[in-house]
Amino acid sequence: MTFSTLMQLASGLRTSIYIFVLTLLFAFPLGLLVALIRMSRNCLLRNAMRLYISVMRGTPLMLQLLIVYFGPYYLFGLSLKNYPAFLAVIIAFVLNYAAYFAEIYRGGIASIPIGQYEAATVLGYTKGQTFFKIILPQVIKRILPPITNEVITLVKDTSLAQVIAVLEMFTIAKQIANQQASMMPLIAAGVFYYVFNFVVAFTMERIEQKLNYYQ
Amino acid sequence: MAVLSITNLHKRFGDLEVLNGINLEVNEGEVIAIIGPSGSGKSTLLRCATLLESMDRGTMTYAGVKVVEEDAQSNSVYLPQNKLRQVKALFGLVFQNFNLFPHYNVLKNIIDAPICVQKRNKDEVIKEARALLAKMGLEDKEDAYPFQLSGGQQQRVSIARALINNPKILFFDEPTSALDPELTGEILKVIRNLAAENMTMVIVTHEIEFARNVADRIIFMAEGVIVEQGPPDEVICNPTLARTKAFLTNLAER
Repeated sequence: MTFSTLMQLASGLRTSIYIFVLTLLFAFPLGLLVALIRMSRNCLLRNAMRLYISVMRGTPLMLQLLIVYFGPYYLFGLSLKNYPAFLAVIIAFVLNYAAYFAEIYRGGIASIPIGQYEAATVLGYTKGQTFFKIILPQVIKRILPPITNEVITLVKDTSLAQVIAVLEMFTIAKQIANQQASMMPLIAAGVFYYVFNFVVAFTMERIEQKLNYYQ
Repeated sequence: MAVLSITNLHKRFGDLEVLNGINLEVNEGEVIAIIGPSGSGKSTLLRCATLLESMDRGTMTYAGVKVVEEDAQSNSVYLPQNKLRQVKALFGLVFQNFNLFPHYNVLKNIIDAPICVQKRNKDEVIKEARALLAKMGLEDKEDAYPFQLSGGQQQRVSIARALINNPKILFFDEPTSALDPELTGEILKVIRNLAAENMTMVIVTHEIEFARNVADRIIFMAEGVIVEQGPPDEVICNPTLARTKAFLTNLAER
């Protein structure tokens, strides 16, 4: 395996990292918003979010990618010329991961004892202060383990971007493997994914330790 | 002057009439103990007084501030939210389960609300918080987190938290029920000291002996009404009503 093969894989890895970072950047806040609407008193909104989560979790991410990318053309006859596949990947990934994160947030929020809200109310905190100062920090600590699971899955899911021809690492590894009739590029890609996830798991563990200053 | 005045308080949960016309006047410096069987509405009364539950009918006045008034149909009408927030500085509530914020250390548990909600001067609040911690015998614990403290210490922190805004009245909702018997004493001592300083207090409790010793007035509640009230010696030693007698006899036979 040549140096140039590795460089090509590295450039694919860069795309994978972009997908990873951008997805987390948008899916974390969107997931929280979805969770809050999912828990709201408005029955219509609540059920709309329930449906959204159900569809996102109940269908393959690969299918969602195809629909987000080709949907505008097939459904509305819009041109794909100014619609980069990379953008479609980010939209599909964010929508999908926000649904999973929303359910994790919801479980975390529901696990906070009612007494925390009552103490905050009696002390005069507003609803916003209560949520962001008192509740959310405790929620984050509690949901870190399941969030780590999802984040690690996301690293591997970035390889799905190939179905709409985004040149992330896996796409490139497959191409080179075909050209060279060798398995080495695929194995190298596997090592890259593993190292990527090793770093992710290590980082998440450090964050968990940081939050261990209280129980 | 009355610190707290509640008239004709009605509260129902669905079909269940939990409070059925409560009138309560708490005078400055007075210590009131509320006793009664579970389900009698004691806690709900406290929760209505501390704005955790909204009353259906009736009025409530805190130190001259009309917090809840009745409209023409005698439904309760509350002050707007921003005004209610100011009213909350007039009272403190100590919970059965402490409800300290686990991610804040002891000092921050006490000072965060006065600084963020009441917008008080930070240095001044910290000074007062340290004085309160010293009074609670916790001067060396300000950096500790709640999980590092015993139940009794946590409850003393929560009392300090309730006192930080110099409230006109302090409520206790079964403050020793979550504590080991040997830790109960330290909390009762703190309450006794507060009583000696003329702190106005309303205490829901099952500790009859303690109620008898510390309270100026005992209120006995059952089925959502105040059945009997008066000085401890009258209500506890010479109850006039059968319902009160039955409750006290049951307790004595424990």
